[in-house]
Amino acid sequence: MSEIKKFLYVNRKAPYGTIYALESLEVVLIGAAFEQDVSLAFLDDGVFQLTKGQNTDGIGIKNFSPTYRALGDYEVTKLYVEQESLDERGLTLDDLQAVVYEDEDDDWEEKPSIRVVSRAEMADIMADQDVVLSF
Amino acid sequence: MKFGVVISEGPYTHQAADTAYHFVKSAIAKGHEVPRVFFYHDGVNVASRLSVPPQDERNIQQNWTALAKDHGVDLVVCIAAAQRRGMLDDNEAKRQGKDASNIAEGFRISGLGQLIEMGIQTDRLVTFGD
Repeated sequence: MSEIKKFLYVNRKAPYGTIYALESLEVVLIGAAFEQDVSLAFLDDGVFQLTKGQNTDGIGIKNFSPTYRALGDYEVTKLYVEQESLDERGLTLDDLQAVVYEDEDDDWEEKPSIRVVSRAEMADIMADQDVVLSF
Repeated sequence: MKFGVVISEGPYTHQAADTAYHFVKSAIAKGHEVPRVFFYHDGVNVASRLSVPPQDERNIQQNWTALAKDHGVDLVVCIAAAQRRGMLDDNEAKRQGKDASNIAEGFRISGLGQLIEMGIQTDRLVTFGD
């Protein structure tokens, strides 16, 4: 595939309660094989998708949150999290699980994939994309 | 212009599949191309040929089947989403040992790669859903 496009997957819903978060992650993982320029955005209740210590035993639904930590292996290394959405929900970066990738351009140094950005920056990130898929 | 279309909500509960249908019909009438429509999440339920809405209501599945027939639009149903929701074509029913299939004419079951490919190959990707 010669042409490389910028794909942004926008995650706006809580991880459980609806299937959107899980099925978004499935697209991201399959899409990774197409070697496009992939970013993920987490805003609104979507920021809960990345919280650490998720335990779904009580609801009988699979806890898929560990999968986010595997994204680096799929060369998905840009996870933008909106600051205002965290603030509005009383969350900070410390409430999110660590997601890292190994930077092949920097001697495989381990770097954080999660980047907290402002709402205004998020708008710029969205405007910069070729394809936006919202879940 | 070349449009790709994603439908991510189910028929009748949500207007997404109706609005997308009118969008695709209008776009083609205006001379645009819509090579493919991708059904994801509950949108896969649009493809059921077993849906029997009341006579005086629009039939969403039949609308799409007619559009595929008249304009060659490729209607792709996501296999992962479809399997969860009991949407099977003949092959898949056989493979999974099920006694029935329900995918309507004009639709085909395929993978999420078709969605990504559509994003790469079209000028604009338009999503109908929440």
